[in-house]
Amino acid sequence: MRANFIFSEVWIGLRRNLTMTIAVIVTVAVGMALLGVGLMINSQVSSMTGYWTDKVELSVYLCKKDSAFESCKDKAGISQEQKVALEQTIKEMPEVESVEFEDAAKALENFKISENNRTLSAIVKVEDMPESFRVKLRDPDKAPAVIDTIEGQAGVSNIINERDLLENYFGFMNRLQYMALGVAILMVGAATLLIGNTVRLSAYNRRRETGIMRLVGASNVYIQLPFVLEGVIAGLIGGVFAAVLLITTKVLLFEGIQSYMAVPLGWDTVAGVITLTMAVGVIICILASFITLRRYLRV
Amino acid sequence: MIHFDNVTKVYQNQNRPALDHVSVDVDKGEFVFLVGPSGSGKSTFLRLVLKEERPNSGAIHVAGKDLARLSNFKVPHLRRRIGCVFQDFRLLPNKNVYENVAFALEVIGKPRRFIRKVVPEVIELVGLEGKAHRMPDELSGGEQQRVAMARAFVNRPMILLADEPTGNIDPATSIGIMKVLDRINRTGTTVLMATHDAAIVDSMRKRVVELEDGKIVRDQSRGVYGQAY
Repeated sequence: MRANFIFSEVWIGLRRNLTMTIAVIVTVAVGMALLGVGLMINSQVSSMTGYWTDKVELSVYLCKKDSAFESCKDKAGISQEQKVALEQTIKEMPEVESVEFEDAAKALENFKISENNRTLSAIVKVEDMPESFRVKLRDPDKAPAVIDTIEGQAGVSNIINERDLLENYFGFMNRLQYMALGVAILMVGAATLLIGNTVRLSAYNRRRETGIMRLVGASNVYIQLPFVLEGVIAGLIGGVFAAVLLITTKVLLFEGIQSYMAVPLGWDTVAGVITLTMAVGVIICILASFITLRRYLRV
Repeated sequence: MIHFDNVTKVYQNQNRPALDHVSVDVDKGEFVFLVGPSGSGKSTFLRLVLKEERPNSGAIHVAGKDLARLSNFKVPHLRRRIGCVFQDFRLLPNKNVYENVAFALEVIGKPRRFIRKVVPEVIELVGLEGKAHRMPDELSGGEQQRVAMARAFVNRPMILLADEPTGNIDPATSIGIMKVLDRINRTGTTVLMATHDAAIVDSMRKRVVELEDGKIVRDQSRGVYGQAY
């Protein structure tokens, strides 16, 4: 096997249909970048889901005096006895892991920490804050049953499942991920067809050479390898561009929104994604080349 | 060296066979003319030897190998032992004489040292010394055919197949081509040449196998092209 001979053939082939080669590189780059972004979002979502699932609580807000909530009918607010009874009820539920009471003062404190709007935090007073029970569940999936039970109790104004808030956000991330993966699949399909076409053109351009190679007894590998390598090299270059795009995405996008994410996306994940997308790109190129060669380069 | 036993070949969508129960034996070192009108089966015969086609029935042995039992994987190795020359030369226009000949060795993975040694020798054998760096379009038809013969012979094949090698060449130049073929034959290579050229066949006085409508109508040693022409 003469490596330099094969590589000179590959180089000639790539140069001869430069436009097709560029088309392949661009399609592979965009397709693999989108696939990579999809995978990165996926890994971000799953690590965040794991992180938040441990932390989500139900907030059971209690009726205050003159509360506007429908369920606080008597407008007198929750009485001390009702509070104790409610806490007891919640504690006795098998799904509940722990209950913590948050009074108005602590609620205000927490509010001031998380609220960035200074004017708002300045005018809010202790009397404005509701009291609540922070209920931690053994299994966050059982939340609806717990909510059903507590909701009917006297003195409960409303219940917020923190997971609902997160799920809105995760739902958005999931849709983004599916969109990226969907477009990636289309691009991979386009790349496959383009590579097939490139190889076919290449085989046609070099039909003289391959005819003579066949005649003098060159082995199939020797005849087909330059064509396959053409596809592989175009795929690899596309993969390198995809890697650059993915690193840019990580730096500009994922690090930009990192402050909103509890768990940052690590470089190890990015490296894994890049390796995977490159492998996928090259494998697609090899397969597309081989399938086309079987049809257009009879040996 | 080449052994056809009752070989029939029918191409798809054709009811008349291209070769019809043909049996021939060509021994090692023989020089055989394959003559007959167009469509008589000469090219089919050569394609069968190269295993570019498969017969519908009958057995073919080439260089001691039963072609029916030769796997596709091993066909390239068979072809390395067979050189081929065609009417249209089939040179690579973007390579010079030396590169065209060397190409045949490069693609079967011969080491460069070996190529540097044998290519000039075979260029000299076909009478093209001093023209190694000419491009094909700078050569006459006869010279181009010599390059093709050098390429066919450079790997020292056991068999040389020539399909109308003088078909595109004037009679005077053809004599030179035949001298090269004769020289190649004298090295012990079996030569099988399909041709229409009566003058050449008559002058060479070699074995003649005549085909007509896919059947062998004559097989004579030291023959001539035939009275009908």
